[in-house]
Amino acid sequence: MAEEVNAPRFEMLGVRKAFGATVALEAVDLAVCGGEVCALVGQNGAGKSTLMAILAGALAPDAGGMRLDGAPYAPRDPLEARRAGVAMIYQELSLAPHLSVMENIVLGVEPVRRGIVQRDRMRAVARDALRELGHVDISPDAAVAELQPAAQQLVEIARALAVGCRVLVLDEPTSSLGQADVRALFALIARLKARGIAVVYISHFIEEVKAVSDRFVVVRDGRNAGGGVTAETPAGEIVGLMIGRRLDDLYPRGARARGDAILRLDDATPESAALTVHRGEIVGIAGLLGAGRTRLLRSIFGLESVRSGAVVVGASSGPSPGTPSSSLTARAATPHDRWREGVGMLSEERAGEGLALGLSVADNMTLTRLEPFGPAWIVVPSRQRAAATRWVDRLGIVCRDAGQRVAELSGGNQQKVAVARLLHHDVDLLVLDEPTRGIDVASKAQIYRLMDELVSGQKAVLLVSSYLPELLGMCDRIAVMSRGRLGPARPVEEWTEHSLLMEASGARAAS
Amino acid sequence: MDRALAVDGSVGRARRVVAARRFLDERGVLVGLALVAAVFGALIGPQFFAAANLELMARQTVIVCVAALGMTMVIVSGGIDLSVGSIVALSTVVTALLLRNGDGAGVAALGAVAAGALCGALNGVLITKLRVVPFIVTLGTMLLVRGAAKGLSDERRLEAPITWLNDLLRTAQTGRGVLVPSGIWITLALAVAVAFTLQYTRFGRHLFAIGSSERTARLCGVRITRTKIAVYTLAGALAALAGIMAFSKLSVGDPTVANGLELDVIAAVIIGGGSLLGGRGSVVGTIAGAAIMAIIQIGCSQQGLPNWVQQIVTGAIIVFAVALDRWRQR
Repeated sequence: MAEEVNAPRFEMLGVRKAFGATVALEAVDLAVCGGEVCALVGQNGAGKSTLMAILAGALAPDAGGMRLDGAPYAPRDPLEARRAGVAMIYQELSLAPHLSVMENIVLGVEPVRRGIVQRDRMRAVARDALRELGHVDISPDAAVAELQPAAQQLVEIARALAVGCRVLVLDEPTSSLGQADVRALFALIARLKARGIAVVYISHFIEEVKAVSDRFVVVRDGRNAGGGVTAETPAGEIVGLMIGRRLDDLYPRGARARGDAILRLDDATPESAALTVHRGEIVGIAGLLGAGRTRLLRSIFGLESVRSGAVVVGASSGPSPGTPSSSLTARAATPHDRWREGVGMLSEERAGEGLALGLSVADNMTLTRLEPFGPAWIVVPSRQRAAATRWVDRLGIVCRDAGQRVAELSGGNQQKVAVARLLHHDVDLLVLDEPTRGIDVASKAQIYRLMDELVSGQKAVLLVSSYLPELLGMCDRIAVMSRGRLGPARPVEEWTEHSLLMEASGARAAS
Repeated sequence: MDRALAVDGSVGRARRVVAARRFLDERGVLVGLALVAAVFGALIGPQFFAAANLELMARQTVIVCVAALGMTMVIVSGGIDLSVGSIVALSTVVTALLLRNGDGAGVAALGAVAAGALCGALNGVLITKLRVVPFIVTLGTMLLVRGAAKGLSDERRLEAPITWLNDLLRTAQTGRGVLVPSGIWITLALAVAVAFTLQYTRFGRHLFAIGSSERTARLCGVRITRTKIAVYTLAGALAALAGIMAFSKLSVGDPTVANGLELDVIAAVIIGGGSLLGGRGSVVGTIAGAAIMAIIQIGCSQQGLPNWVQQIVTGAIIVFAVALDRWRQR
């Protein structure tokens, strides 16, 4: 490999990082030379972001060391890393939208004389940096907010160059770009490489990795899982390294019988999704982060608008599937309507949306259906408590009592509270967005058992998950979403982790 | 994930801090009330707690209290209403106008409440339909409603015929049972009704949910637009009732009255444990908060302390209460 030829620009050796009891990284090595593009690949949650956060000074490693151009490197914060020449371009750009291009480029290192900012020099610095990128078309005086996403990204890269960066990390840089902009970005990366900058390129998309990188390094479950020269490795082999181990026996499967259709998507936005979900089955949607799965779920649930097509929720016993109930076609459905139709949704953002952290366990569980707790519009607290306590006992939620604030519970127990809301409402269709993300294994197993029991009892589940073993273990049918497009739902037997990942990352189209 | 971990950690690390926070949450304002009362009791002597003196305080604080009941609901829902002072003024003007027009006292009071409710509904509609933050919307309607009150009254104080409305805050001398002015009883009844609404109705639970996390409330099917319009309408109606109390005290319709009252009202809610971030607040706390301010006001004047001392003390207490609020939220 290339390392023998010249010394690496930066090295990370034996890096370990744990959050509480969860080990995110264990003995991870990574070295990249100047003038080299190294792709860092791995599944969601494999530890790529944590590793890069350590490189960029946002996190401190528990063990292991780093060297930059041979000298020890241990940044205390991102600013120190930036001064040392390590720049990171995140998926979410970090620009000040109201400032001009040049003000953003020199942000934090403004040229000053006697405390006065020198706008001429600022403009010159910005112009030089943009010229180096081959983009004299971007005016230093333009407001950043008015630029296209691709141009904004260039401004951010120019900012990295303006402080003399030696290492550039690009985290999913193409997620907001169109095809032409992606090609331009790859040409730019080639120029940066020629200038001797070490580039780390993080991506889920195998075809991008193949197109842009010299070498690739795979992380899996927080450990090095191999690597090699990109040109010599077929896409399938890289995917194989990302997947690694086999799935375990965590996933129960009772007697399931497919019943009537309960949800039908007809050419619904985004991108004309078509899908039918029946009672008695779990339908999974696989895909990478940003593929549009969450948006699809949210439009089904009325949290985002359905711009075209139809989302039809079958009445519990009523009309045959395909006859849209008139109330739904007349105006856009709201979450309120969906709950009344017997559809419940679990949000992927537990803290931001799924739960009101300041409220009690009982309030969070019963908010969608307070009607049983009293005459008229009164809520009798003792009845509300009693109902919540039943679910606390049934699901083994660890809390002082149903009156405790949800914020004080552990992640797994919080998630069980959110799930209990769907049970209390007794919904027929459960729309679950990443139901087991970031929770302990015991809680996961319990949620899996619960899902299986529910579909065995003729409920239906629509499951979005980034964890492929979970989808393969739990689902009856799986559809893959890639770049906003939902593929056909196929029986789980026809899928493997490998084929799901190939489909999701667009590798199938590439090879 | 990081957030969940942080929550886990703080629970393990600082159970005692959490317990202290919870204690202050529920009882802090009552402890504060007892402290302030004890200080002035010690300075002035036992006559400070004489029935007549307590009633004086109650009469002084009735206007703030009634308006603060509505403000409590608004703040629980994560909003704010700066227009209450102006609505109080409008309410005195509308009451006086209707009385001068020859309408009965009951009609005049109803008219005033309707006008206040209309102003509140306007707040709610603007906030939800234009998606402008409550602070800005009610800052605008504060001026708008004040202007309307001045326009309606031709910028004059309006004398009005004497009716039973003028007796709301007067102690009954007849000796026929009711010792305390009816206005205080009305305030107490309203307080019970609002406390019940907040704690024991679906509407109340929805207000807490919206204030605690609007996104969660939306996910859970709470109809946010209509709930918000309802809460601002109620707040406007309660502000108008406070205006009727003010009319009773002044016995004229005055478009310039209650200037800056909204700040006293917000202060009462905040001292009482309401959080400007929403999701917290209680009627008991708000009443206690208003009582603390009334005690300071009357205590200072009876102690012969000048007005500026009273203002400094009240200001310090507000800042201290908000600092406590921040600490609780951490």
